[in-house]
Amino acid sequence: MIRWRDGLTQVRRYPSAVAGLLIIAMLIATAIYAVTAIPYSEAQKLWRGGDAWQDLPVNASPAWTDRLLGGDAPRTITVSSEDAPTERQDLGAARLETTTLEVDFPYDGFPSEINLFLEAEFEQGQPFTRVHWRTPDGEEIPIDARRVGERERFSISQDRQLESRLGRAPQVGLFTDAEPGTPDPTVRTGTYELVIETVHFEESARLHAELVVYGQVHGAFGTDHQRRDLAVALLWGTPVALAFGLLAAVGTTVTTLIIAATGVWYGGWVDATIQRLTEVNIILPLLPILVMIGTLYSTSIWLMLGVVVVLGIFSAGIKMYRSMLLPIREAPYIEAARAYGAGGGRIILRYMVPRILPVLIPTFVTLIPTYVFLEASLAVLGLGDPVLPTWGKVLHDAQAQSALYHGFYYWVLSPAALLMLTGLGFAMLGFALDRIFNPRLRNL
Amino acid sequence: MSLHSPIAAHTTGSTDEALLCVDGLHTHFELRQWGFLRTGTVRAVDGVAFSLDAGEAIAVVGESGCGKSSLARTLLGLHRPTAGSARFAGTEVGELNGAALKTYRAQVGYVQQDPYGALPPFMEVQRILAEPLIIHGVRPRAERWRRIEAALEEVGLSPAAEVAGKFPHQLSGGQQQRVVIARALLLRPAMIIADEPVSMLDASVRVEILNLLHRVQQEHDLALLYITHDLSTVRHYVDRAMVMYGGRIVEQAPVDALLQRPQHPYTEALLSALGDPDAANAGRPRPVPGGEAPSLIQPPTGCRYHPRCPHAMAGRCELDPPPPDFRPRPEHRAACWLRE
Amino acid sequence: MAGAPLLEIENLRLGYATERGTLWAVDGVNLEVRRNEALAVLGESGCGKSSLARTLLRTLPRNAHAPSGQMRLDGRDVLGLPEERFRREVRWVRIALVMQAAMNALNPVVRVGEQVAEPLRVHHRLGRREAHRRAGAAFEEVGIATDFLRRYPHELSGGMRQRAVLAMALVTEPDLVVLDEPTSALDVLTQASIMNVLKRIKAQRGVSFVLITHDIATSSELADRVALMYAGQVVETASAEAFFGHPAHPYSRLLMDSVPRLHQEQPPRAIPGRPPSLLEPPTGCRFAERCPKAYERCSEPPPEVAYDTRHRVRCWLHHRSGGGP
Repeated sequence: MIRWRDGLTQVRRYPSAVAGLLIIAMLIATAIYAVTAIPYSEAQKLWRGGDAWQDLPVNASPAWTDRLLGGDAPRTITVSSEDAPTERQDLGAARLETTTLEVDFPYDGFPSEINLFLEAEFEQGQPFTRVHWRTPDGEEIPIDARRVGERERFSISQDRQLESRLGRAPQVGLFTDAEPGTPDPTVRTGTYELVIETVHFEESARLHAELVVYGQVHGAFGTDHQRRDLAVALLWGTPVALAFGLLAAVGTTVTTLIIAATGVWYGGWVDATIQRLTEVNIILPLLPILVMIGTLYSTSIWLMLGVVVVLGIFSAGIKMYRSMLLPIREAPYIEAARAYGAGGGRIILRYMVPRILPVLIPTFVTLIPTYVFLEASLAVLGLGDPVLPTWGKVLHDAQAQSALYHGFYYWVLSPAALLMLTGLGFAMLGFALDRIFNPRLRNL
Repeated sequence: MSLHSPIAAHTTGSTDEALLCVDGLHTHFELRQWGFLRTGTVRAVDGVAFSLDAGEAIAVVGESGCGKSSLARTLLGLHRPTAGSARFAGTEVGELNGAALKTYRAQVGYVQQDPYGALPPFMEVQRILAEPLIIHGVRPRAERWRRIEAALEEVGLSPAAEVAGKFPHQLSGGQQQRVVIARALLLRPAMIIADEPVSMLDASVRVEILNLLHRVQQEHDLALLYITHDLSTVRHYVDRAMVMYGGRIVEQAPVDALLQRPQHPYTEALLSALGDPDAANAGRPRPVPGGEAPSLIQPPTGCRYHPRCPHAMAGRCELDPPPPDFRPRPEHRAACWLRE
Repeated sequence: MAGAPLLEIENLRLGYATERGTLWAVDGVNLEVRRNEALAVLGESGCGKSSLARTLLRTLPRNAHAPSGQMRLDGRDVLGLPEERFRREVRWVRIALVMQAAMNALNPVVRVGEQVAEPLRVHHRLGRREAHRRAGAAFEEVGIATDFLRRYPHELSGGMRQRAVLAMALVTEPDLVVLDEPTSALDVLTQASIMNVLKRIKAQRGVSFVLITHDIATSSELADRVALMYAGQVVETASAEAFFGHPAHPYSRLLMDSVPRLHQEQPPRAIPGRPPSLLEPPTGCRFAERCPKAYERCSEPPPEVAYDTRHRVRCWLHHRSGGGP
């Protein structure tokens, strides 16, 4: 009979358990960080995509992989007119403002995209802008001239005219001094300038410009096809995975134990009913049922959790606990309890269940990753919760966008690695706990 | 100072009715296969009658399979009797249910054979002893602790605070049994049923525990039903002794009379099989009746002992069971045709 | 009548490795068993008698250190024998063991006859037929009808199972049978019948017995000699008459007073206190803290003293240097 405290201190003796605990601790820390740094509603909003991500490149790899391999791929550079010098010139009825946005470009590779975001404040008369590009060598390349509305997004890198003028895609052509037609152009590093000359027709009119020179790499985890920083999904996936796994594991094991104990104690038809229910339920396949419910009804994660728990209760665990509880039922102390007036409920909850609880712990710990994987599987199949960012979701998107085909390995590897890490951590801890709480296995 | 408050007036009229009155008690168990097929009946208690006064100690002596444990469980309300009556302070034990049964259980303490098995291994002594108090609504916690402390001191486990924090496996067999006795006393019962309380203890500890039980019984004026298979342990601890065989009582007498002038052949056999430590014992075999203990499923007809009895009378002992005439409390009776 | 010395044990020590150090379960034991003699080893639980039994058969658990001292069978040392030779020549060939609650250790899925015949087939390499014939003979000797050879253990009563285990020990015709609490789980009548069987076998076959028990009354049914153990040591060795009649050691006397007796006016008196821990035994006499006759000398460990012919006591009171306070 192993006591709780002794049991937990014994964990120290198993290096694999210590490693597992460290991993779990890291995951929990990540989860806590994720939940505090990005509150739930915020996370939902972010994951819906859209404007929040407009400054991020599409399908960018993680920055560090590139660095590790010795490359010098460009990061995203954002320059705003707020920080740039502006010259004003009075033209009488109008005003000329010249803003020069400086772009320091020291990288080896070309940007993936170049966008110019313009926001104009005016009452009636739209300002007129002329944009041109100045290379470090002084070459001036005109880009565009147009009237500016309230919000405009000008995709320089997708400007066909500019492309045909430069003979190359603009994000390449603007950053190289190679002649048009030469293959494999190299980057001309240095300081570039985007000069914006705006004519304002009103005194109070303003123009805000933001130039985003998108890099090829971003952040620790890269971005996906909707420019979303994968870090958000991976971070937020942690608490979701842990919570789902934990709640499902707790819900099923504790309930299973109590039901098994009730069956053992009352015997007769109660026990028989529970056993038959269990036998039928064991045969039913869990994942297909979940798929059915998800497809036909709803994929809300709470619903999935509920179904998983309910179907998980009448599992093989009931049979195992029953066989462990049957001899306990005959124990003298149970008879003594009846003799001093204990009722069935008390005997079940306070005298039978606690006897088995220590054995429950390793089962419970190793069950957590099972449910984490289950949730991820559902998400990969497209039945994940529609609003929450989870690891499975990321994998699902990756698969839908043919990530591997396009070479976006990071998109698949990071969520997979996290899933494996979770499984590993809990499994190592669980097996060590198994050896502690089941003394018969100790010599293995 | 006694922690015990005696049972109030009986509910029936007669004031000299004994505390426990058992008459024609039968407890049978159905053997079932697959939950419903009846394959036999175990006649564990097959017509038992005796009475026990408040403050009196009696021994029920018998070997394994004689039904003594089933008798104990029936009297504790753990089994329903199949027939007959067992009246405790006027109430029929076999008909109790729900709250009345719970109240009854507070009045009878139970000391079991296996001291380690009788204690939940995952609870400390304090918690173990608190359980009966909690169940019967003793509040607040300070009051419970007071009673637990008093009980521990009484059974000789001191300092109480130190023992209270231990787990059963940290105690010796004797200490465990003391805790069991303490637990039996907590609800201030009027009667204690002790089923082989020292059989699983080391011989050197037995006397300690029997002495304790005796002292407690005397101090609180408790009725005691001491069940044992070892006749050598009854002499100094009980007033009367009953011998049980094959689900029935075969002899009842004041303890000295039973030990010195046994009247039933089975009692004689038991006494001959026992001996005090004496080197001369090694030289001669002891007389032991042949045969085996009777099956309770298919007991011998008539007197249960007759297949093994050296005095069996053909024609009489197989056919008619001798009348179990143990009411009102006789001085010394044996259920044997020889003594009729 | 007892014959030549069969088993001689000198200064036997046995320790177990535990988390808190070495636990000396047997700490310097001297014993002697002659041919056709029954020695009862008495003592409370934890005094080391079960460890002694297992040491005699060298069936010790893994955490036991190798026993030290001497154990001679017919004059030849067997403690130092390599395991393989001990197994072939001594264990279950010349010394057999009936363990505590052995009747519960019978294999429930093998017929009783097969189990009783097994030692013959394993240790003596006998063929099936011959082994079964001898098993039948052993059954008769212990008083079980031979039809029971074909039954399974659960079909036998407790008493019969114990007899079957006894048959298993006797079937190889050993010189010495060690019995560890052979009757403690049995009813009174069954106990008596088992003791009768043992008496008969001793008389008819001349087997020697080492009977290990805490039940003093039962031990007197078989014992020619008694050795009383306390906290790993033997405190008194004497003939049965001497021990049961007029024991010398204070512990022996208190023990005899604590036995509940059928025919005695005085109620039995329990011995106060408990045996010392074997992890850190007291430096002096181990019984001193519970002994009513302890005095200053008892802070030194008393040696075994010759009290009478073949009667030794481990107590300062009987030391020739003038015992007594």
